Amino acid sequence: MDLPILIVKGIIILVIFGITLLIATYSTYAERKVAAFLQDRIGPNRAGPWGLLQPIADAGKMFFKEDFIPSQASKWLFILGPCLAMLTALMSSAVIPFADSIRFAWDKVNYDIPVQAIEINIGVLYIFGVVSLGVYGVMVGGWASNNKFSLLGAIRAASQNISYEIALGLSMITILMMTGSLSVRAIVNEQATFFEWNVFTQPLGFIIFLTCSFAECNRTPFDLPECETELVGGYHTEYSSMKLGFYLFAEYINMFVSSAFISSLYFGGFHYPFMNEVGGALEGSLGAVAGHNVATAIQFVVFFGKILFFIFFFMWVRWTLPRFRYDQLMNLGWKTFIPLSILNVVLTGAGLLYDFKYASWLIVIVMTVLAVTSTARTPKQAVIPQQS
Amino acid sequence: MQLTNRSKQVSNKEMTLAEKMYLPAVVSGLAITIRHFFRKKPTIQYPEVKKYLGPIYRGHHILKRDEQGRERCTACGLCAVACPAEAISMVAAERKKGEENLYREEKYAAVYEINMLRCIFCGLCEEACPKQAVYLRHDQMVPVFLERDEVIYGKERLVEKMDDRYIRVANSEVKATPTEPSLTRAAT
Repeated sequence: MDLPILIVKGIIILVIFGITLLIATYSTYAERKVAAFLQDRIGPNRAGPWGLLQPIADAGKMFFKEDFIPSQASKWLFILGPCLAMLTALMSSAVIPFADSIRFAWDKVNYDIPVQAIEINIGVLYIFGVVSLGVYGVMVGGWASNNKFSLLGAIRAASQNISYEIALGLSMITILMMTGSLSVRAIVNEQATFFEWNVFTQPLGFIIFLTCSFAECNRTPFDLPECETELVGGYHTEYSSMKLGFYLFAEYINMFVSSAFISSLYFGGFHYPFMNEVGGALEGSLGAVAGHNVATAIQFVVFFGKILFFIFFFMWVRWTLPRFRYDQLMNLGWKTFIPLSILNVVLTGAGLLYDFKYASWLIVIVMTVLAVTSTARTPKQAVIPQQS
Repeated sequence: MQLTNRSKQVSNKEMTLAEKMYLPAVVSGLAITIRHFFRKKPTIQYPEVKKYLGPIYRGHHILKRDEQGRERCTACGLCAVACPAEAISMVAAERKKGEENLYREEKYAAVYEINMLRCIFCGLCEEACPKQAVYLRHDQMVPVFLERDEVIYGKERLVEKMDDRYIRVANSEVKATPTEPSLTRAAT
């Protein structure tokens, strides 16, 4: 590969890495701000203008806290836990296509470099592999702490993540069936026109995927791994300073990656309505190279808008819904989502056979009808003994 | 037996399918929280913005002078007796010749001290004073102190300055209760 291409690729990778870290950092700030606004409060506003330097202050605090390792803990595993969590979270951002491609002319040849850290044709599989490794971060951390509460929290986290991963994968299989490719870029490009966005063809799959991503990120209403009331904190009870910071940070990176995946799999990724017309007009007026790059920049901004919306949505849900009880969580995962997504796979397959994309709507319509008719039925009133 | 007419019959009825499906309830919950997102916040940004606490707020102590600048306090000790926290102490002295423009009556307080660590701002000293010499300002709080030896307030901090006399009126134009200027933070 030629040197300029390598340099451009390197810059793209650095920018993507930097943006991932930056968004994760500022998600902590945004989380507190959104929480405050949803509860009629102000939120952090002392450090810097509107409290914008708050993440830096938090990081400073994390660095200067005592780095404590329990004497009975297995030391290296204890250190490995947060590293694993962080590593897997960061690795999963590698296959997100942020925009179409950067074009540059060199030696009278136009080169198109995709705005994506690695362009592999098994992107979705890669993501699943890496995300399921994320459980090890939690599990190793909880085990190495040598604390029964941490271990319980870690086990809860592991069983939750594993059971929701099945539904996550099954709900995504329908998209793979429709696209016929494992490449994330191919899935995004499949949704070029607005009404082919996968939300419209796979509404049920989208709802299941969204809910399961919440569970995968360990966020409310599925934030069972951490719990002050029953577990004295959760899998990271024994963690302090930057090691705890890594765990929390990994959660925010996971949230960013999940948002990116929800928007690329279901909301057309960097596509927006009339994208090709806008790109064509820009290339016509600014020339093939500059016009293409400006069009790419617009796609980048659009994609970021979608990601930021979903990050906001994650926070919005967190400060709205209460936590599930653990048995309810398991029931929802195994008895509702997995059968529903299997049904969805079957229906989508049947639909593809007869060239009908919108088969998944059948389940939605049937469920709506059932719900409406069940409300019409007067519910049985429990008999309460009257005291005289 | 019914105690109030607001009591509600509790029912443990089974949920309908629509309720079991969660999603409608989730969506309505999200709608509620997003309305709060855009609502005006009731928070007052305290060090920058101060609320007028009313004309009867009890703040910083002051020893009044009369119109001619003479100290009104005669060191009778009734405030010290009335004080439930025993924060006030004083030493009385007799007025010398030529001091008539300083003290209003023959007896005056040579030393008058209030221990601000003990003071509970109950206002009983104000009520006990027969000479209307002690007041608790409604427009000024006792500033924050960082050292323990800063907290016993002597006459130099209590007797009012003639160019900044304290008048208690229910003035609607006064909107804020300012503290010491050195302690107010610049508005960000």
